[in-house]
This record gives sequence, C-alpha cells and structure tokens, in this order.
Amino acid sequence: MKELSVNHLLGIKYINKNDIDLIFETADQFKEVINRPIKKVPSLRDITIANIFFENSTRTKLSFELAQKRLSADVISFSAAQSSVKKGETLIDTVNNILSMKVDMVVMRHERPGAAHFLSRNVNASIVNAGDGAHEHPTQGLLDSYTIREKLGEVGGKKVVIVGDILHSRVALSNIFALQMQGAEVRVCGPKTLIPKYIESLGVKVEPNLRKALEWADVANMLRVQNERLDVNYFPSTREYAQQYGVDKALLDSLDKEIIIMHPGPINRGVEITSDVADSQQSVILEQVENGVAVRMAVIYLLASKIKQ
Amino acid sequence: MSHKILLTSREVNIILHRLACQLIEKHLDFSDTVLIGLQPRGRFLAERIKQLLEQEYNVTGIELGFLDITFFRDDFRRSDKPLEANRTEIDFLVENKKVVFIDDVLYTGRSIRAALTAIQSFGRPSEIELLVLIDRRFSRHLPIQPDYRGRQVDAINDEKVKVSWKEHDGEDSVYLI
Repeated sequence: MKELSVNHLLGIKYINKNDIDLIFETADQFKEVINRPIKKVPSLRDITIANIFFENSTRTKLSFELAQKRLSADVISFSAAQSSVKKGETLIDTVNNILSMKVDMVVMRHERPGAAHFLSRNVNASIVNAGDGAHEHPTQGLLDSYTIREKLGEVGGKKVVIVGDILHSRVALSNIFALQMQGAEVRVCGPKTLIPKYIESLGVKVEPNLRKALEWADVANMLRVQNERLDVNYFPSTREYAQQYGVDKALLDSLDKEIIIMHPGPINRGVEITSDVADSQQSVILEQVENGVAVRMAVIYLLASKIKQ
Repeated sequence: MSHKILLTSREVNIILHRLACQLIEKHLDFSDTVLIGLQPRGRFLAERIKQLLEQEYNVTGIELGFLDITFFRDDFRRSDKPLEANRTEIDFLVENKKVVFIDDVLYTGRSIRAALTAIQSFGRPSEIELLVLIDRRFSRHLPIQPDYRGRQVDAINDEKVKVSWKEHDGEDSVYLI
C-alpha cells in the first residue's frame, strides 16, 4: 500500500502504522536528496502551498518552508502577529482569503486546538497541522520517531520517557500516539502540576523521579517549559524546576547506560538541559532538525500525490 | 496472454558480451567514465555489465552507481499508479565524467528524460550515453535513442517486455507478454 490513508495530516491519532512506515520510507529517500549537491526535486512544481502561522515559530516554519522549496512548490508564508484570534471569526476570514488564492495545501499553526480540523472541513485544500494549541503537532511526533529509528534501528520495544511540561505540550501528545503505534513503551516525568490528570488512560505511566525515569529509558525527550501557556504558577521557581527535572552531564554520566537525549527546541539552556548535555554526543537535537526537513518533505509529497490534477 | 520468448539465456549472454566490448571500444580503460544503472530494473543489467567488464575483460576500477528517478517523473499526480521510490546510490561526482545510463528496456523514453534531469543534481557530466538491452522502436514519445542497444523489438502497446535475471528470477531471458 503506497498511499496515505488520509488526505490531511491533522494529528497522529488519525493515521495508522502503514502511513507511518510509508512516511519513513519516503523520508529516507528525501534524506538522501537533501545531501546531494543540488538539493531539489521538481515533483511539486505545479503545487501552491500557504504557510499560515498564528503562533511564533522558528524551527517549524523554516523547516516547512525549506521542505516545500526543495520539492519545487510555490510557497507563500504569512505569520499573524501574536494577537488573540477570536474563536472561529478571524479564521473564517482567513479561509476566504485562501479560497480566493487557489492554494492546494495549507500548513497552519494556531493557538486553538481543533483549528486545523475546522479548516479541513471548510476549505478545499489539503491541510497540515503544524501545531494546534496544546493538542497535536504531528510532524514533530513523526520526526522524533524517525530520529529514534535512525539511532536505534527501530522504535518498537524501545522505552521512551517524555520529561517536563506534559500538560501544555502538543509535542508530548503526538509523540505518545506515534510511539505507541509503533510498539514503544512511553512514560512521562515532570512536576505533578504539569502532568495531565488522566494521562494513565492513554497507557502511559507516570514516573515522578527523574533519575529513575532515566534509568528505565532508552530515550529521553526533554520538553521546554511553555512559559507562554502558563497562566498560573505551576512550580515555585525555574531554579527548582531545573534542580528536580533538569538534566545535567553529571546525571547523564551516572546512569549505567548511554541514553539518547532529544529536545524539540527551542532549548532553555540550564533549565531543561544544561549546555554540556545539549552539545554532547548523546544529544540528537540537531539531527532532529535535519530529519525534520526530510520528514516534512515526505509528508508534503505524499499528501500532494493525492491531489489529483 | 501469450508468452513469446525474445531472447534465450544464451542470446542474452552473447549480447552482454557484445555490449561490453562496444563499451570498451569507446571508453577504453574507463578512467573518465561512470556507469549509472536506472532503478529499479536497470540495476541488474548494470551490475552484470560491470561484472563482465571486470572478470572477462580485465577492466578494473569501474565506478558504478544507481539512480532513482521517481521524483523526476513527469506523471506525478497524473497517473493512478502509486509511486515507489528506490535508493539512489551515487557515491562519486559525475562532474566532467562520461556517464553511461544503463536500463533494461527503452520504451517511451520518458524515464531517460527524467534521468537526464536527475543526474544534474550530481554535477555536470562531460557527455551522457544510453545503453539498453531492449529497444522498443516506434514507441518513443520523445526524441531519445540509445547509443548501445542489445536487440531492437517491435511490440504493440498492449504487450510488455519482461526481462529476467539469473540472480533475481532464476534465469536470464527476455519475454514478450
């Protein structure tokens, strides 16, 4: 089966394992392409893609733009300033703009969960969710799994702990869905105030002690403290967070095996991880960024191939 | 659906030797030449030819690569066939080298057009030639012709030329099906 089962990428929960395998196989090909002298393929030269970012982004926005340009697509990007988007209203205006520009695909990041879903029901274009509030960030979930597959050979049977602000993290949720679909075991670790109450109903155990969590795991995915989403004080101080849930070189070296350290970025150096951990051999943070372009090329290519002439 | 045999194992062997000799005539010691097999099926022919050149004709140090053209095809989104990409393995530069594309069957010529665009991603060859085992003449959609051809075949559109290789399918043969 060489086609995606969906016409949009709204979340990991809507795709299946075959889709993930197909995306990864295609990403392998694109990883080779982006290491050639001329990093372009002409496949999407008749496709127009709009990137609409209602929330700030460096990595994701650049990564998507690069992926689209390497596929020779026409790209238009606009970031709405960090204004409060009233529920639905301004989005409908945006929808009307898109319809009149006749774009084939929309990549959107929005602060409201379900925004991408809403768009897919109201616009005649293929939608890629680049993050909707604290809900899902499917391409991040995919590239994280892809990186684990690259480093450890496969994802099935591996033990992954996600550390930090799980409550507000779309990266955490997408990762949980993707990893479980591929047969990995997932645990979370963080301050009790930042772990969702019903996380166990997803089949994810909570390990409150960081050292124990790292000793159990093969991979640790460190999440950033999402200050912009913290409406109340979830922990006494950043220093206390760093002491209890931050990883430093001493802690990493004291474990009896070498684990892989991941971080979706941007890193708060000294809070979630220290500089010597971020720059160490065990960290795959920059590989995640490189893989992000290849995975996004694969997703866009596969979605585009379903848009018939 | 009839199976008509076009080339027997022996005939394939003789043709491969002839093609190898023709290559040596033009490219001598292959110091400026690289062979590129077009994925997926040109790969086996390319490997065979390299093997023949090395073992029977003592030409050493031949550079062989494989080029996948899936992303350069002109029928993306226009055909219902799902596209399956294979590996591209070109571990050398083609800058200023003579490139020989190797494919099993030349039909419409569109694969070769895609390959001509694709190879530009790896450098600027000094010249490009085409070697095919079977040339389905009169079926071309583009002005593309082979420099080295095994056997010319007249086949109608409904018929397919199937090339089998000993390593892969048990025997060397070419069928019309």
